[in-house]
Amino acid sequence: MSTESTYYVPEQSKMPLIAATGMGVMAYGAASWVLEGGTATIFLIGSLIMAGVLYKWWSIVIDENMRGLASPQLKHSYVLGMLWFIFSEVMFFACFFGALFYVRVLVNSWIGGEAAVGWFDDTPTDAAAANAQHLWPGYEAAWPPMITPDQAVNGDAAQFKGPDQNMSFPGWDRILHWLPLWNTLVLLTSSVTVHIAHTGLKDGDRKKFNTWLGITVALGIFFLFLQVEEYIEAYQHMGLTLESGIYGTTFFMLTGFHGMHVTLGTVMLLIQWLRGLKGHFTHDDQFGFEAASWYWHFVDVVWVGLFLFVYVLA
Amino acid sequence: MAHGPATLADGWGKYLSRWLFTTNHKDIGTLYLWFSFAMFIMGGAFAMVIRAELFQPGMQLIKPEFFNQMTTMHGLVMVFGAIMPAFVGLANWMIPMMIGAPDMALPRMNNLSFWILPFAFAILTSTLFMEGGGPNFGWTFYAPLSTTYAPDTVNYFIFGVHIMGASSIMGSINIIATVMNMRAPGMTYMKMPMFVWTWVITAFLLVAVMPVLAGAVTMMLMDINFGTSFFDAAGGGDPVLFQHIFWFFGHPEVYIIILPAFGVVSHIIPTFSRKPLFGYSSMVYATAAIAFLSFVVWAHHMFTVGMPIAGELYFMYATMLIAVPTGVKVFNWITTMYRGSLTFETPMLFSIAFVILFTFGGFTGMMLSIAAADMQYHDTYFVVAHFHYVMVAGAVFSGTAAVYYWLPKWCGKMYDETMGKVQFWIAFIGFNITFMPQHFLGLAGMPRRYADYGLQFADWNMVSSIGAFMYGGAQILFLFNVIRTIGWGEPTKDPKVWEGAEGLEWTLPTPAPYHTFAKPPKIK
Repeated sequence: MSTESTYYVPEQSKMPLIAATGMGVMAYGAASWVLEGGTATIFLIGSLIMAGVLYKWWSIVIDENMRGLASPQLKHSYVLGMLWFIFSEVMFFACFFGALFYVRVLVNSWIGGEAAVGWFDDTPTDAAAANAQHLWPGYEAAWPPMITPDQAVNGDAAQFKGPDQNMSFPGWDRILHWLPLWNTLVLLTSSVTVHIAHTGLKDGDRKKFNTWLGITVALGIFFLFLQVEEYIEAYQHMGLTLESGIYGTTFFMLTGFHGMHVTLGTVMLLIQWLRGLKGHFTHDDQFGFEAASWYWHFVDVVWVGLFLFVYVLA
Repeated sequence: MAHGPATLADGWGKYLSRWLFTTNHKDIGTLYLWFSFAMFIMGGAFAMVIRAELFQPGMQLIKPEFFNQMTTMHGLVMVFGAIMPAFVGLANWMIPMMIGAPDMALPRMNNLSFWILPFAFAILTSTLFMEGGGPNFGWTFYAPLSTTYAPDTVNYFIFGVHIMGASSIMGSINIIATVMNMRAPGMTYMKMPMFVWTWVITAFLLVAVMPVLAGAVTMMLMDINFGTSFFDAAGGGDPVLFQHIFWFFGHPEVYIIILPAFGVVSHIIPTFSRKPLFGYSSMVYATAAIAFLSFVVWAHHMFTVGMPIAGELYFMYATMLIAVPTGVKVFNWITTMYRGSLTFETPMLFSIAFVILFTFGGFTGMMLSIAAADMQYHDTYFVVAHFHYVMVAGAVFSGTAAVYYWLPKWCGKMYDETMGKVQFWIAFIGFNITFMPQHFLGLAGMPRRYADYGLQFADWNMVSSIGAFMYGGAQILFLFNVIRTIGWGEPTKDPKVWEGAEGLEWTLPTPAPYHTFAKPPKIK
C-alpha cells in the first residue's frame, strides 16, 4: 500500500516511442533476414536504435535517482518490476524444459513402439504399436537418441541424422575432461562471488565490492568462453548440431538460450561494475546492482536444471 | 510537475506529441481503447468477408487460399488486437482511479507497452500484401501447417507475435506493480474493487503464459529456418508437442480475455440493481480458482489428437471442475439483481445479456468437455458457436457495457440512451441469429475453417450470415454514438453519474481531471 504523501509523475518522454520503433524495426528486420536471400541490414538498424535508446533511457533513470527524484515507492515499483520480469523468464525456460521432458518421456517411447509410462500397464497403445510397425520401423527408444527415427527408416538418405557423440556423463575416468562440470563450477562460484560483492556494498567496503564484482564478470565471460568451446567441439568433432534430431535441438536450444541469458546477465553486471567504479550506489541505495545480481542467481539456477536434465541424467 | 494536457488549440505539434510521448494513464488508456476499436473494425471486416463467402455454398467472392488467411487473421486480430488491448485500456483508465493511485506504477513503460502494438499489427497485417499471402494456418497455428507447409511470411507473424508478447508482459507487470504498490492507505486487498481483482489475476496469467507463447513461436522459427525438429517426428520430435505448448498458453489466454469482463459486469450489475455485489469474497476466490484451474486443463482442446486414456479422463474431469467457480460467479450476479431496484440503461442491458449468453456459452463448453462427446463436436461449427458465445457475448458485450458505463466519467458528457438501446437490441438479436444456428450446423457435422460446405448446410449458413451483417452494423452505431457523445453529448457534472454507483472513481469530479489523487485518499 502507498505510504507516500505525494507521488512523482514523470514528464512526457520520447524514450518509449523510440524504443517501440526500435523493436518494430528489429522484428521486421529479423523476419526479412531469415528469409532466403535476406540480409541483416534492417535488423542491425533496429538493434542500433534499441541499444541507443536503452542506454539513454537507463541514463535518465539513473540520473533521476542520483538527483533524489525517485521516491521509495517508485523504487519499490522497480523492485516488483524486476521480480516479475524474472518470473516471466522462468516461464520461458519452463516452456523449453517442458518440451524436453515431453519428448524424452513420452514421445521417444511412443515412436519406439513402447508404452510411455509403464507403471500401471506396459502394453503399448495401438498408436505406439503402429509407430513401430508402419511409421518408424527399426527405431528403438533411447535417450539420448543417437539414431533418429528418420535414420532408422531411411539410413543415409535421412534428413535428420543423429550425433556421433553426445554430451552425457563420460564416466568417472574422464570426468576431469568433462566441460559441463567445469562450467557448473564456474557458474556456481560466480554466484558466490556476486554475493560477496553484495556484502561488500552493504558494509560500505567499495574496494571489496569492485574486486568481487569484477571477478564475477570475469567468471561470466569465462563461462561463455567455455560454452563456445563446447559448441565448437560439438560441431567439429562430435557431429552434434542443431540439425541432429531432437537431441541436438533440445541441447542447443536450452543451452543456447541459457548462454544468451548469461551474456545479458554479464553485460548487466559489467554495467553495475562500471557504475561502481564511478562511485554510484550506497549501502542503502543499490537497486541497479541488486536487480542484476538477482538476474545472475536466476541464470545460475537455470544452469543447475540444465546440468541435471541435459547433461547428467542423459 | 507534469503540466496539463495539450489540446488542439495548442497547435497540432503539441497535440500530437501529447499522445506520442504521454506518461498519463488516462491518455494511454484512451490510446489503447481507440487502437482496439480500430482492430475490432478490421477484424470485423475480415469476419464479414468470411460470412459473405459462406452466404451460399460454392465459391463466389474469394479464393479458398484467401479464405484461410481471413479466418486466421480474424482470430489473431480479434484476440490479440481487439479484445486484449480493450481491457488493458480499461485497466489503464480505471485501476488507478479505483485504488486511489495518481497513475500507473511505471508510467513510461506503460507508454512503451502501447506503442509496440501498432508496430506489431502493422507487421502482422502487412503479410496480407506480401508474396505468398498472410498466415493461413488458423489462429491456433498448429504445426506442421505453420511450419512445414507455411508461407514464407510466417516469419513476420513469428516476430510480430514476439513483440506483441513483450508488450503484454510489460503491461501486465505494470498492472501488478500498480496494484501491489500504489493502493491508497486503507485500501486492503479485500477492499479492492472486483475489476481490480480480476485484472491483477489476469495480469498474473499473462506474465505466466506469454513467455510460453514466445517459446512456441521460437520453436517454430527454429524448425522452419534452422533445421531443428521440435515438431517433426522424423527427427524425434512431435507435432502434438506444439499443441501442448500452444494450449498451455491458450487456455489461460481465454481466461485472460474473460476475467476482466467478469470484473466489469461485477461493477455494472450492482450499480443498476442499487445493491452491493453479492458475495464479494466468494467472487475473489472464484476468480483465483478459475485462474489456477486454467493452468491444468489445456489438453481438453486436444481430445481427438490421440492421448492416453488416462490423459483424456484427467483433462475431462479437471475441465468440468471449472464450472464450479464459474457457477459461483453467475449465481452471485443473479443474486445481486434479486430484489434490487433495477433499471435497464444500456450498460445494464449489455451486462444482463452477458450473464445469460456467457452462461449459455459455458454450458456448451461443458458439453465439449465430455471427452467422448467431443469426438463428435471437435473442429465443427459447434465449437465456433461455443467460443463466440463466450468471446463476443462475453468479452465484447462487457467491453461495450464498460464503455457506456464509464464514458460519462471520462469525458463528462452523456451518451444517447435511445441510440445505445437500439444498438443493444440490434447487437443482441444479430449476435444470436449469427451464432445460434452455428450450433445446429456443427451438430449436423459442418467442419470449421472451410471455404465451402455441403448443400444440406445452406439454409442455416445464410441465416448466420444475415445475423453477422446485422451485428456488424450495430458496431457502426456504437462508433457513431461514442463520437457523438465526445463531441456533442449533453454535459454532466454529477461525480456519481449513476445513482447506484459506488467506489473511489465516482468520488472524483466529472469529467475526471487529467491528474487525479496527487495525494492519496484515506480509505475507511
